[in-house]
Amino acid sequence: MSLEWIVRIVSEYWPMFLRGAGVTLLISIIGTLFGSLIGLVIGVIRTMPMPARGIKRILLKTVNGILAAYIEFFRGTPMIVQAMVIFYGTALAFGIHMERLTAAIFIVSINTGAYMAEIVRGGIISVDKGQYEAAQAIGMNHFQTMMNVVLPQAIRNILPATGNEFVINIKDTSVLNVISVTELYFQTKSVAGNNFRYFEAFFVACIIYFIMTFTVTRILRYLERKLDGPETYTLNQMQVATPEDMLRLTQRN
Amino acid sequence: MEPIIEVKHLSKSFGANEVLKDINFSVNKGEVVCIIGASGSGKSTLLRCINLLERPSGGQIIYKGENILDDKHDVYKYRQKLGMVFQQFNLFNNHNVLSNCTVGQIKLLKRSREEAEEVALRYLRVVGMEQYIHAKPRQLSGGQKQRVAIARALSMDPDVMLFDEPTSALDPEMVGEVLKVMKLLAESGLTMLVVTHEMGFAKEVADRVVFMDQGVIAEEGPPEQIFNNPRQERTREFLKRVLNA
Repeated sequence: MSLEWIVRIVSEYWPMFLRGAGVTLLISIIGTLFGSLIGLVIGVIRTMPMPARGIKRILLKTVNGILAAYIEFFRGTPMIVQAMVIFYGTALAFGIHMERLTAAIFIVSINTGAYMAEIVRGGIISVDKGQYEAAQAIGMNHFQTMMNVVLPQAIRNILPATGNEFVINIKDTSVLNVISVTELYFQTKSVAGNNFRYFEAFFVACIIYFIMTFTVTRILRYLERKLDGPETYTLNQMQVATPEDMLRLTQRN
Repeated sequence: MEPIIEVKHLSKSFGANEVLKDINFSVNKGEVVCIIGASGSGKSTLLRCINLLERPSGGQIIYKGENILDDKHDVYKYRQKLGMVFQQFNLFNNHNVLSNCTVGQIKLLKRSREEAEEVALRYLRVVGMEQYIHAKPRQLSGGQKQRVAIARALSMDPDVMLFDEPTSALDPEMVGEVLKVMKLLAESGLTMLVVTHEMGFAKEVADRVVFMDQGVIAEEGPPEQIFNNPRQERTREFLKRVLNA
């Protein structure tokens, strides 16, 4: 009977599942975090205003070209193939031996970075042009405008898409079993194979994956609400303009 | 009279479209200058050229004896000295009312938070928005947003305030509250350059009125001259059109 087997598998192999889930979470959290940082930096560079002429223009054009190539390449090839190329490929071709877990985090990071770069770029473009103009009108340069006005709004706007990436990463770390990283799918495969109980073992894995993704979605939703601040505001109880205030304004000139 | 900003032979083209042609005029300290004219006459572009939100195609803008269009001139420092109020308010959506008025002071003028808040509160009180310091822009009405935008610009202690059609995006019942604040500022001796469709405001408050038509200054003079005794035929036609509407 299946239910019995499920209970048996859980009670007997729970440390393996737990370790697998831990590795999966570790890779996807760090990968999403690094990927978001990569995306943020690239997104900011790619939305820089192009200088009219000079060496700066040539430099920015070159950098933009390289970044576009990176984005197109990593979005346009499957992560499972990238994993093979980066882990076994570099080992055989160049003699570079990476730790499996390091390689896994590296792959997920640069893959997420490619997607996040476009998400961030979209987020920055979607901020109203008036926000840039207002920031520039009070004397902010491009960097100050980005840090104080545009990025906080862009980041808020791309949080749902970033959550998406996170959830995708939790699930897609399963492809890293091709480089024998001991994440949840790899562990489940071992459990299932040892007992020849594929339905039960993978059913447990399903539930663990779902718990992880659902929790992450909820946490991000909470974060969004937190960032939006309260729906209402409290009135500041203070006297209205006094004649002295008017006087002080007059004396300023 | 000491000119704060002098515009000399200013021109601006968008591609083949020449929007401003050989503009010459100045704003003196303590003066309120209103720019009027039909839509598309170039008045907003002129204002935006003055604080370099649009790059002029030719000519000079002299501020305190220096041509700010020189490459070596610090554009950012210059902009800090010009307060700008937009038609669409453009309050920073990620900041509340108070922090809209303090972020520039803290990051650019390097004032302490306490000092910046004190300055901000002083001006928010002048525009009658001191009760709303915790509100986010999305929670305010248009008139309230515009008054905060005025306080934000004032908090930077500008030499001159530029207003780009500050009441054009407002519901009719909110125009009054913004104009009232602007009148108060004019009376306090603030130097102001106002692009406006409010003829009543221009007539009452301006020291000088500039009428623009098709990218040139068609006529310039005290409000009595422009509104009661215009010298140019096209000024007369424009006023007839807007005042009888």
